[in-house]
This record gives sequence, C-alpha cells and structure tokens, in this order.
Amino acid sequence: MSGFKVFTSLVKDSLATITRGSLRYHIWMGALTFLMLVGMYCYSIQLSEGLSVTGMTDRVSWGLYISNFTFLVGVAAAAVMLVMPTYVLHDVDFKQAVLIGEGLAVAALLMCLAFVVADMGGPSVLWHMIPGIGVFNFPNSMLTWDVLVLNGYLFLNLTIPLYILFRHYQGKEAKSSVYVPGAILSVFWAVGIHLVTAFLYQGLQARPFWNNALLGPRFLASAFAAGPALIILVLAIIRNFTEFKVQDKTLRKIAMVVTVAAQINLIMLISELFKEFYAPTHHSESAYYLFFGLHGKDALLPWIWTAIPLNVLATVLLTFHRLRNNFTILYICCFFLFIAIWIEKGFGLIVPGFIPGPYGKIVEYTPTGIEIGVTIGIWAMGAFVFTILAKTAIGIELGKLRYKKKA
Amino acid sequence: MSKKWFSLNFGRNNETPSGSGSCGCGKTSGGCGSHATPDTVDSDGYQMTDEEFAEAAINASIGEETKKDGFDQVFDVKMDRRTAFKKLTASLLIGAGAVSTSCSVVSGDDSKEKAQIDWEEQFKGNYKLMSDDEKSATVDRLMRSYELRTGKNISMSSKNAEEDVLFGYAFNISKCQGYMDCVNACVEENNQDRDSEMQYIRIHEMKDGQGFNFNEADDNYYHEVPAEGHFYMGTQCFHCDNPPCVEVCPVQATWREDDGLVVVDYDWCVGCRYCMAACPYDGRRFNWSKPEVPEAEVNHKQHYLGNRMRKKGVMEKCTFCVQRSRAGKNPACVEACPTGARIFGNLLDPKSTIRWVLENKKVFRLKEDLGTEPKFWYFMD
Repeated sequence: MSGFKVFTSLVKDSLATITRGSLRYHIWMGALTFLMLVGMYCYSIQLSEGLSVTGMTDRVSWGLYISNFTFLVGVAAAAVMLVMPTYVLHDVDFKQAVLIGEGLAVAALLMCLAFVVADMGGPSVLWHMIPGIGVFNFPNSMLTWDVLVLNGYLFLNLTIPLYILFRHYQGKEAKSSVYVPGAILSVFWAVGIHLVTAFLYQGLQARPFWNNALLGPRFLASAFAAGPALIILVLAIIRNFTEFKVQDKTLRKIAMVVTVAAQINLIMLISELFKEFYAPTHHSESAYYLFFGLHGKDALLPWIWTAIPLNVLATVLLTFHRLRNNFTILYICCFFLFIAIWIEKGFGLIVPGFIPGPYGKIVEYTPTGIEIGVTIGIWAMGAFVFTILAKTAIGIELGKLRYKKKA
Repeated sequence: MSKKWFSLNFGRNNETPSGSGSCGCGKTSGGCGSHATPDTVDSDGYQMTDEEFAEAAINASIGEETKKDGFDQVFDVKMDRRTAFKKLTASLLIGAGAVSTSCSVVSGDDSKEKAQIDWEEQFKGNYKLMSDDEKSATVDRLMRSYELRTGKNISMSSKNAEEDVLFGYAFNISKCQGYMDCVNACVEENNQDRDSEMQYIRIHEMKDGQGFNFNEADDNYYHEVPAEGHFYMGTQCFHCDNPPCVEVCPVQATWREDDGLVVVDYDWCVGCRYCMAACPYDGRRFNWSKPEVPEAEVNHKQHYLGNRMRKKGVMEKCTFCVQRSRAGKNPACVEACPTGARIFGNLLDPKSTIRWVLENKKVFRLKEDLGTEPKFWYFMD
C-alpha cells in the first residue's frame, strides 16, 4: 500500500512540476498544445470524410503517415545506444543521458502508434487486432509482430525508467538486480523493433524496391545515426535551459556512436546505389524514379537530393575528430543527419516502393494539407509527452522532487 | 503437400506429392487430367477440336455450359436453414427488444431495431471463423438493416464453397478487343463506388511488336477500339493459390476460400492497406471515401463476401463474382465479354472448358517467379 501512496505523491509532484515553469516553457507547451489541436481538427475531418482527404490513392497507398512511422521506430530503437553502455557495460559517462534517451524512446513509440492509427481506414474496429478479443494473425503477418515488439518496447522503456525514478524519488538507490535484466532485454528488443519494421517491407515480393536483404541492416545503421543525433540535440537544449548537468564527454561519446553508425550507413547506401545503377534491371525503376525521375515524373528529386548531400556532408564532417569535438559543428551535423535520414527513411523509402506500380504505372504522391496537419499534430504530441517526461525525470534527478519533502 | 488444383509442370515444380499414387489435383483415383499425355487426349480419351472449343467458349461466355440451375440450388439449400434460424433470431430480437423498450421512451421500434442491429454488427466476429448459423444471422441482420434504412429488400447469400470446386480463369489475348464491356458489367454487378470510378479490371492497351510491355501500355484509354497496331490484355485479382495479401493481413480479414476465391470480410477489415502493398498484381482497391451507388443501380442479389455494400475505409477486390459463381453462373465479366476472350470454370472438373484450355493451349501466367501461383492464365489462339 505504501508503494501506491508514494506513486500518488509522485504523480502529484510531477503534475506540479510540469505545470510550473518559465514563460518560455509555457509558450513552448502552449504552442505544442495549439499544434495538437490543429492536428486533431485535421484528423476529425479525415475521420468523417475518409482517407480520401489525404494524398494517398490506390496506386500509392501509403504516404506521409507510414513514412514518419518508419522513421520514428528508428528513433525509438536508438535509445539502446545509451542503454547498453550504461546498464550493461557500466559506463558511467552515459548515466545522465540514459533517462533522457528512454524518455525519447517512449515519445517516439507513442508517435509511431499514433501514426499507425491515423493511417487506418477503420480506427473504430481496431479492437479486431487485440489478441484474445480479435483475431491476431500471428506469426504470419509481420504487422502483428510489429504490434507486439512496439508495445513490448514501450512497456520496457516505461517501466525501467519509472522504477529507477521511483527509487530516486524516495531517495533510495535503484537495485540493479531489478532493472538490469530488463535493460539487457531491451537491448535485444530495440534491434528487434527496427528489424521487424524493416521486415514489414522487406518481405513483400511485390515491391522490388523494398524486397532487398540490405533493408533491415540499413534501417539499423540509419536509426543508430539519426536517433542518437536527436538525443545530442535534445541534451544540448536541456544543458542550455535547465540546471541538469550533462558532461561534455557524454556528448562526445554519443557523437562517436552517431559517427560510426553514419559511416556504416553511408557504406550501405553506396552498396545499394551500386546494385541499382551499375547493371540496372526492371527492378531498379523505383530507384531511378527516386534519384532521377521517370518519364518526366520527378516529385521526389528535391527531397532525395537534399538528403544525400546533407547525409554525406554530415558524415564526412563528423569523421574528423577536431570538427566533431567542436560542439557547434557537432550540433549542425546532427541536425543535418537527422533531416537527411528523416527524408531518406521516410518519404524516400515508402513512396518509391509504390512507384512505378505493379504494372509500371507511374502515379505520383503529394501529401495534402490535412495530412500534413495531422502529421505535425502527432509530432507536437511527441514533443509534448517528451517534455513532460524529461521535466519530471530531471526534477527527480536533481533532487528537487522528493517524497515527503516540503517544497 | 499435394496441391488440390491443376498445376502446370514446367519442370520447375519437381517436388512430386509424397503420397506417390495421388495426382496433382488431389484425387487418388480416376483421372483428373493433370497427367494428360502431350497428345492432349484427356481422361476420357476424348479430344476437343478447335471448332468444338470455340463453341464451348461461346457457351461459356453466355453462361449455358453448366447444367445445374444454380439459383434453385442455393434457394433450396438455404431455405431450411434460414427459416429455422429466423425463428431463433426473432426470439432473440424480441428478448432484446423487450429490454430496450423498458429502458427507452423516446425512440420508435424501427430505430430501436436499427440500433440493436448496428450494435450486433459492430461487435460480431470474423466471418471466416463463423459457424453457418452465425453467417446466416449476420446476413439476416444486414438484409433487415438495408430494409430499415431504404425500405427496399435485398437478397444476400452466405453460401459456402462447394466440394470439389476450384475456380480458375483464362484470358484469350488474341480475342480481346479492348471494348471494356467486362469493366462496366463488373462495376454494375459488384456495386462499386461510382464517385471514385473504382474498377477491379484494368485493360492494358499494348503496342504490337513490343511484346507484353506493361510499362508502355495504357490502362486508361478513351478512344475507339480496337486501335490500329495495338492488342489488349486484362488484369484483375488473380486469386493466387499462394496469396501474399492473405499472409500479411494482421487480422485475417482476407483469406482464401476452399473453392480458391480470395475474399475480404469488409466488416472485419481494419483498413491498414498492407495487403494492397503486398499484391504484385494491383488486384486490390480501397474505399478512400464512403462508396456511393445510386439506389436505382444497386444490384440487389448479393453475397456477404461479394457485392454487398461496402463502407468507407475498407479493402475490396474481385471475387470472381462469388454471388454468381457459387450459384453456378459465370462472373459478370465473362458473361459481358462480346468476343469470348474470357473463360471461367471449375479446375477440378476435367470436362470444363477451362481445363480444356489449360491442357491444349500454350498458357502462361504473370510474374510466375514470385511464387504466388495465380489461378488466372493467359493464352493466344
């Protein structure tokens, strides 16, 4: 019973913390709330009119929602790059960053689930997918695997930090025997979520652009570059705006992770490009469409030709120790990398899978305003959730939030 | 695993059924024809001449080749079960109605019944897993619901696949002239959304001398046909024996029936469109908006798995007109084709026209390398 009492107190204290802050904080949360409301309004239009208000058609049947979903799975998986060194390898330098990383994973996973629900034609019958009540086509459908791994990972990333914070909140040390098994499990689970998400596409013989053995590994490499890059940016913001101390060497170590992953990602990109363009076959048409356009249809060219140079530039800059250790350059590189991989693993991956169609028909896809509105709303929701989680976690870690401590 | 249906052996499928004596069609005794010798003599030792084949093809296209009157069959079989079940449903409804009447003072009987039906429909199970009684219960509810909403009656069937039937389709590329009568007949028969001009069938106009070059083909032409220097090829759902769309569905809202039809439970579909991404043949269509069919044009002879009215946000596709084919008739496209290019029948019936085509024509299928085993063959005269 006492545990419950402590928890109620934690929730109360947390509510008190997140509703108080500087003017800048209130403006930030207010803006996010506004964007979420706009997103909800757009979604309500989509609910009443149907998915016809999006740019998707029978020819290109997945678009912005699934693109963002795919990318965000990678961001969520990236938390492992902090969890593993901290809990498994006992590298103290990551200790402060790890809770932030896990908070980011929770926010990213909630966004993933929101994007999937937004993409559904019949959200009112989603209970059909709940095991036990509905019919769960496991193990045949990779989508059911994805439901399991995403929710499992969400559970792990909620419970582990919650346990640690809960202990710290009471002024006790977290018992490593309790959370380390979960942490080790979450390491494998993180690889699992992104690999399974890649298999979702990789397993479709109908779409040669995806039906490619490198897709899964490349998902991992790009995720371990983009995710930690985002974590670096978030830590930089936290360092500047809160009293939470994040040491330089923590950022440097994460930067090293980003660099290696970005280099591997680049090697795989070269391998993919070589395969598609050295001896082009019928199956290379999607890649031709993506990089050069087909029959005068070239909607994706500006996107991909933004992504590739940014990706290459950021990777090259990060490779030099001197440049990487300059934090201004590091932040710019992380930003570039994040944008480049968002384009590449989102739009640049999902849309060309459908173009040309099974019989060579080229119909292009442009997201509509409503689709973009819902997407921005979901991103705002992710940022909102992350802010709440991070603010509470930082409060506890700084010792400001303590059980039965009168503020 | 021995296949139930007629399989062409190009030497690629070397794994012969382990049951040794059993034939590719699954029968263990008698001839199914799949071991026919190269001289095209079928199991009866009977050889069809080209003229006879043409006649049979024409018969097939106007729907006279089947002797059984499918409608009577359906009707007879259904009546017992349905009347029995109607009593059951009625008593249930009275019970439920009594409860809701006592609780409500505002709504009329009709709206109460409608609410009751909507409630039961929202929380019913997956059709694939329903017992026959549950199937006819949902069909009864849907018919009643339509009557309550529009004042008109529809007949909806829940007829299951018959024994020893496996449907297959053949398309004669030499005959097709691109008239698109099949497309129109299909839209009318299957109550497809008129607003988005949804069409299950696509006719690809190809240039002579370029072979089957789908990339250069036009599937959206508006000119007089047959166009000089062109030939035509139709595609639709191929009802694969190893359908990738079925594997990927997270809720088993789409499956392969025992007679080979790949169907969708529109009420169970969650609209994720994974099946659409998995289909290599562009065979699936999605209801991006609420489908609209003018009341006067609605086809009232429906099947639960076929042409009943759909709602927005669900997948649909060609079912080889399950409401017709299970009633012993040809699909609407076959019946509408003025050139006899379309041939439909039971692959397990050695005397069927489709079997004659498979055994005597140089048939091929699209994208065989994907291992999907379509039951839709192309051939030329």
